[in-house]
Amino acid sequence: MTGNIPFNIPFVAVAALISIAIYIIISQRNLIKIVMGISILAAGINLFLITLGYREGGVAPIYTHAPQDVMVLPVPQALTLTSIVIAVATLALMLSLVISIYRHTGSIDSEESRRMKG
Amino acid sequence: MIIAIPLLAAFLTPLIGRISGKARNIFVITSLAFVGFLVIILARDIFLNGLHVYTLGAAEPIPAGYMVPVRIMLEVDSLSIFMGIITATISLIAVIYSFSFMKGETGHNRFYTLLLLLVAGMFGMEFTGDMFNLFVFLEIASISGAALVAFRIRFADSPEGGFKYIVVSAISALMVLFAIGLFYAQYNLLNIGALAQAMQYTMLDKMALAILIAAFAIKLGTVPMHMWLPDTYSVAPASITAMLLAASQASMYALFRICFTLYGVTLNLATVGWIVIVLGLFSMFIGVTMALRQTDLKRLIAYNCVCESGFILLGLGVGLAVLGNPGALATYGTMAISGGIFHMINHALFEGLLFLVAGAIFYRIGTRNLNEMGGLGHLMKFTSILFLLGALASSGIPPFNGFASKILIYESVYQFNPILAIIGILVSIITLAVFMKAFFSAFTGPVLPKYKDVREVPKSMMIGMATLAVIIVLFGLFPGLVREWLTDPAANALINQGAYIEGVMGVVP
Repeated sequence: MTGNIPFNIPFVAVAALISIAIYIIISQRNLIKIVMGISILAAGINLFLITLGYREGGVAPIYTHAPQDVMVLPVPQALTLTSIVIAVATLALMLSLVISIYRHTGSIDSEESRRMKG
Repeated sequence: MIIAIPLLAAFLTPLIGRISGKARNIFVITSLAFVGFLVIILARDIFLNGLHVYTLGAAEPIPAGYMVPVRIMLEVDSLSIFMGIITATISLIAVIYSFSFMKGETGHNRFYTLLLLLVAGMFGMEFTGDMFNLFVFLEIASISGAALVAFRIRFADSPEGGFKYIVVSAISALMVLFAIGLFYAQYNLLNIGALAQAMQYTMLDKMALAILIAAFAIKLGTVPMHMWLPDTYSVAPASITAMLLAASQASMYALFRICFTLYGVTLNLATVGWIVIVLGLFSMFIGVTMALRQTDLKRLIAYNCVCESGFILLGLGVGLAVLGNPGALATYGTMAISGGIFHMINHALFEGLLFLVAGAIFYRIGTRNLNEMGGLGHLMKFTSILFLLGALASSGIPPFNGFASKILIYESVYQFNPILAIIGILVSIITLAVFMKAFFSAFTGPVLPKYKDVREVPKSMMIGMATLAVIIVLFGLFPGLVREWLTDPAANALINQGAYIEGVMGVVP
């Protein structure tokens, strides 16, 4: 993790994505926007994992055809793949719940639909 | 095996359900009973022979020529198996209860599929020896949990509860993943045992610890992040609420596995211990005061849940705070941890019972509002006795199990700091007030005309509730046995970080 600039750009992007996502989740009232916020958060963390495994000038970690060269780390990529799949499942479930909330209340505003206060 | 069976059964369930509903019910219950049986065998073995390590796809934890474990592995010690016993018991009872409870609903196949997935996720969280696997199983448990919360989709509030649950779990799971990324960046390791050995407690580790504690505290519903818990618990079907309870216990397990095993002695113990204690205290206090003003029976119990998990955090937090100090650990630290762990199973049992009773009332009269209830004690004698039993256990009245574990916590905490114990006792007394209010408004008084033909609940629900009640009374009458066989080994497993590491890495020269 040296301080050369091109390598750090992904980390800046990660920080930006995560902070945007957390801001959205906390401040927005529209349920769809909250879902989008979580999706952005997931993207930010996936980018973080991928960046961790990146080695400068590395090639894809496929053993059979790879030249004898620097390879990027395979484990973070496996992790990212898994987490993308999980994020998709979560996203689908969240959106379907939003649809059924909309059917019941006719609104996707979290303030209006929240009838369980206290 | 234990994880694989519910997982396989989950996917087989819809197929069998197509043939006949009855076959499916029998299939679900036999697979869960079989899993429970396996858990007990494994538990016996672990208490006799120490911890077990399973490496998936290889015989040895560390392949020849490597210095670090590269495969995914499961690691089961007495704490994990203790949690496994909780999960197995609660899920079995929840399934028995669901047979009647869900009769009025459609989509049984999906319901039991999701339920088995939730069970698989919880077992996975408890038995895994790998950080990333922890994340995966956490997500399995929370996705299926959220779907189950929102299962009764014809009620307007169910999808909302489900949505809250999935948002909260998604955020906390992503935080966990971020912390895992931080670990991997530093040590190139994902295995808990290997990580614990490599842990150097750098700045990044502190960050990761803070993120992990925050993430699991969200999942647990401790106080600053407790808002989702009553909303979710009150709308879920009663048997699922009991399951979610076990699921949040699994996150509690993950929290302590990380604090004790992963960080262990490298940790700045007193500070982290106090953070956990303060979280616990706030949960206890705010949980019980919020419970006092609820009129919705299930929300009332849900706030009481927040309060009870505060007790567990208090016990384990005290243990954590004195972990670096062998003298204090021997005099009261172990007892505090053991009490906290004992309270964990008791919490699952009596809150589970209360939720099932609340579900039974809802099943018969269709409301959760305490102001509309009254005189149910004449009509549902058995249910009202069970409610009273659960309520007394929860307020820590002897001879029920709540007393046994709370007295352990009080005694040990008193030696640590008397004020904490006094607050604990005060909270217990308020809890009693909460439940007395609920009991008198729901069960006593004259029979209301509109509930004239309310009858006792069907048999399978009764069996589920009665089993829990019997376990509660047994635990209350024989706390010594439970401590000796279950909680003390679990507490020792938690303290003994070295054994866990050795299980993976082999004996370190």
